[in-house]
Amino acid sequence: MTTELILSLVLPVVGAALILLLRGNPNAREAASLVTAGALFAVVLRIHGAVRSGAIPEVVLAEPIPGISIALEAEPLGVLFALIASFLWIVTTAYSIGYMRGHHEKNQTRFYLFFAFAIASVMGVAFAGNLFTLFVFYEVLSLTTFPLVTHAGTEKAKRAGRVYLGVLFSTSIVFQLLAIIWVYAMTGTLDFEPGGILRGVVPVPDGVVPVLLGLFVFGIGKAAVMPFHRWLPAAMVAPTPVSALLHAVAVVKAGVFAVLKITVYVFGIDFVSELGASTWLMWIAAATIILGSLVAFTKDNLKARLAYSTVSQLSYVVLGAMLANSWGVIGSGMHIAMHAFGKITLFFCAGAIMVAAHRSEVSQLGGLGRKMPVTFAAFFIGTLSIVGLPPTGGSWSKWFLGLGSLEAGQVGLMVVLMVSSLLSLAYLMEIPLKGFFGKDAEVADHHHGDSAGHEGHGGHDGHEDHYRAPPWSLAAIVTTAAACLALFVYPEPFYRLMAMVVGQ
Amino acid sequence: MSQHLPILQVVVPLLAAPLCIFVRNGRAAWGLAVLASWVSLGIALALLGQVGTGGVISYAIGDWMPPIGIEYRVDIVNAWVLVIVATIGALVSPYALVSVEREIDARRIPLFYSAYLLCICGLLGIAITGDVFNVFVFLEISSLSAYALIALGRDRRALTSAFRYLVMGSVGATFIVIGIGLLYSMTGSLNMADLAQLLPGVWESRTVRVAYGFLAVGFCLKLALFPLHLWLPNAYTYAPSPVTAFMASTATKVAVYMLLRFFLTVFGWHFSFEQMELDRVLLPLALVAIVSMSLVAIFQVNVKRLLAYSSVAQIGYMVLGLSFATVTGLTATLLHLFNHALMKGALFMAMGCVMYRIGSVQIGAMAGLGRRMPVTMAAFVVGGLSLVGVPLTVGFVSKWYLILGALERGWWPVAVLILLTSLMALVYVWRVVEVAYFREYQGEGDAREAPWMLLWPTWALVALNLYFGIDAGRTAGIARQAAEVLMAGIGQ
Repeated sequence: MTTELILSLVLPVVGAALILLLRGNPNAREAASLVTAGALFAVVLRIHGAVRSGAIPEVVLAEPIPGISIALEAEPLGVLFALIASFLWIVTTAYSIGYMRGHHEKNQTRFYLFFAFAIASVMGVAFAGNLFTLFVFYEVLSLTTFPLVTHAGTEKAKRAGRVYLGVLFSTSIVFQLLAIIWVYAMTGTLDFEPGGILRGVVPVPDGVVPVLLGLFVFGIGKAAVMPFHRWLPAAMVAPTPVSALLHAVAVVKAGVFAVLKITVYVFGIDFVSELGASTWLMWIAAATIILGSLVAFTKDNLKARLAYSTVSQLSYVVLGAMLANSWGVIGSGMHIAMHAFGKITLFFCAGAIMVAAHRSEVSQLGGLGRKMPVTFAAFFIGTLSIVGLPPTGGSWSKWFLGLGSLEAGQVGLMVVLMVSSLLSLAYLMEIPLKGFFGKDAEVADHHHGDSAGHEGHGGHDGHEDHYRAPPWSLAAIVTTAAACLALFVYPEPFYRLMAMVVGQ
Repeated sequence: MSQHLPILQVVVPLLAAPLCIFVRNGRAAWGLAVLASWVSLGIALALLGQVGTGGVISYAIGDWMPPIGIEYRVDIVNAWVLVIVATIGALVSPYALVSVEREIDARRIPLFYSAYLLCICGLLGIAITGDVFNVFVFLEISSLSAYALIALGRDRRALTSAFRYLVMGSVGATFIVIGIGLLYSMTGSLNMADLAQLLPGVWESRTVRVAYGFLAVGFCLKLALFPLHLWLPNAYTYAPSPVTAFMASTATKVAVYMLLRFFLTVFGWHFSFEQMELDRVLLPLALVAIVSMSLVAIFQVNVKRLLAYSSVAQIGYMVLGLSFATVTGLTATLLHLFNHALMKGALFMAMGCVMYRIGSVQIGAMAGLGRRMPVTMAAFVVGGLSLVGVPLTVGFVSKWYLILGALERGWWPVAVLILLTSLMALVYVWRVVEVAYFREYQGEGDAREAPWMLLWPTWALVALNLYFGIDAGRTAGIARQAAEVLMAGIGQ
């Protein structure tokens, strides 16, 4: 199994090399992307099989400082994250082919190249065997996604890039690294252990544990807990597939995944809940949930609204971790999965609307649903999943998070969850409603005029093409929307993995 | 032969230096310099190997037995410093060929190599000798040659900066020799090991304490501890590129070594930290140096000057490690001596490449170089990341031990400060990166990639930055061993 672990890192890098080699031939280049993505998913599936049967494969790659190694280890939580990220990489690659060509983006080779590097770092985060490895790949992920965020190369993109790196680096260096070294100074180890490594070595009455936990939660800026969330909306200048995979799945989920993993394997949930160390952080997460939703209301730009919705939803995962009980952790892990599928669908739809109809503001969407029914139907399903309504997968994670907050005796949090669901229902449902039932919006449509860009994927010619999303993109949208529905009936794989995490 | 290695370490560059003047030809002088510096590196590595297996080497010059005669005494600490100096010396000398032809008048080139070898010889001599007066002699050799090297810069401001360095450096050297004189007056000995035995008997005397004060000020001047750093930024900015790369990586490191050797080996741990409370002085100065100089570096427009201020801040890290007064802190100091030499060497060499092609190292002039000189700028980026302390570079390893040391003492605000200043380093490195990669080239000249002869030594240092960042086992091991030796002192 160690071969598969190493392969999960190496495959995307090989894919990147292929992409670079085939840069002269876009079709071959995209084929290379798709094949690598498929192969990576197959590898992760194999690891999943082994972990489900109880194995915990691990491998040490290097030992930079004596006693501190770069090590990979596949445990259930990491497998869950790797499964989602690698599967959605396939879908996103398909989507990007339609989007990038339909939108006539420049520098597409660079785009696919850094995309592959980003996935490699995500695998590193997912399979990190200790805090140091996690930190390294976390930073590499920030670096490799930077060229994607600033892809457009405009002044605005550069400014956004500065905010992006600035927030992520400063939080991770000042808070996270400090916390990591602190853990090492107290325990002499950085390994992830079931039940945590802090019990018995940390001076409990000092209040060290709450502070340490806070350093991790805020130090992992990718989790976008307020007040360190600014980078996420800023990063929305990126092309939509980037926003979709990286800022609905890979980057932000790497953040909340790290929070969850550290809570479970460094602190240990029993230890945290006995001390009540996470109570203050629960309320900060709750505040982020509500405030994020409120800000989302005020945004007319579709991607900005989705970004703040993400900020709010990420704190569900953080909240689940901070509840520090079995239901909370299961809900937290499930929400990583469910929100990923729901939010990526929404981003895909936003991108399709932008490519096909050249509209980016919510107020311009009136009547568009009648012209793009599939896209808007998918948006509707995605919305249901984000809100947590049946028959979508999102209802399960909300269910477990609710159970968790009751078990923790925090009825107030239960209320927060309900209120936030209502809020997200309101600001997201507005979009399909407007699309299907609204009056046709008065928008000065600007035709791109050339159908040459569409010939590559054998699409349609002329003006009929105008309100049709590229077929590659449409296929991706249908896949993820269907997955949202399927996960309602069949959430079992993710549930099993999370149950293994909490030892049930 | 092998028992004479300690003296050969100093004699090889010392003899090669006058030969450079006799050959009167730039290229031939360069050949000699390369040969001598690589032989020095070989000797230094051999010595490190010997002390690693066989313990302390004591070499009596001319068979005059210590404490009367001059003793060269090599333990793991100075073997480590010798390797640092010799490594940088060996990599800068091949680099110098092309760079010097562009930056120094042709007729002065043999003089340059002669002064360069003398400087290496002086620094190696300081590190290897076990005799305090001999330290002073070598200090003068290295300093005088350094003044000359800096003054060779084509920019006329090089002359004033060299003069300023000369004045400050002479004050420092004078303080040191006064300190040594006072010690001699009290003990009648100049041998370090002998002094370490004799000094505890006269600890209480005011003379010894005054000597300690003189030495402290002298060393801090030489190692450019804030606020005694004023000579450094100009000297580094206007010196020829190879000189800056060499000096920034070695001169201050050797000064830190002198401080450690005198205060920990000669005076002893107990006297320095318990009676003189050295840490109380060093800790605040180091912190102020780190914060203020990082801040100043952010606002520089000349990249060499920016890196020079960053050096003063980095010296602060080394002194900070010492002020923790623990094995971990001292390990961090000794490790950072080496690691900082690697990163600053690489960065200044990359700037030398830029200087070679576009004749300027102003940030504004570097627009678009990321495309024009990709190999050079990639070296700068890796060196910069190392300076910031990104994992898998040597900078991270240093920071790791430093923060660990701070937390061991329970000084978490210091740990936070170290991390905050890493962010400041990120800001000043990023300013250069952003201009180089995100702006279009504006100069008219043909800014091509730097010649291969400049690039390979630069990348050799970059590669070491990465290698010892990924596998720091050996360097950290040596540093810890050296820290333990220093803490134990002689004869205890």
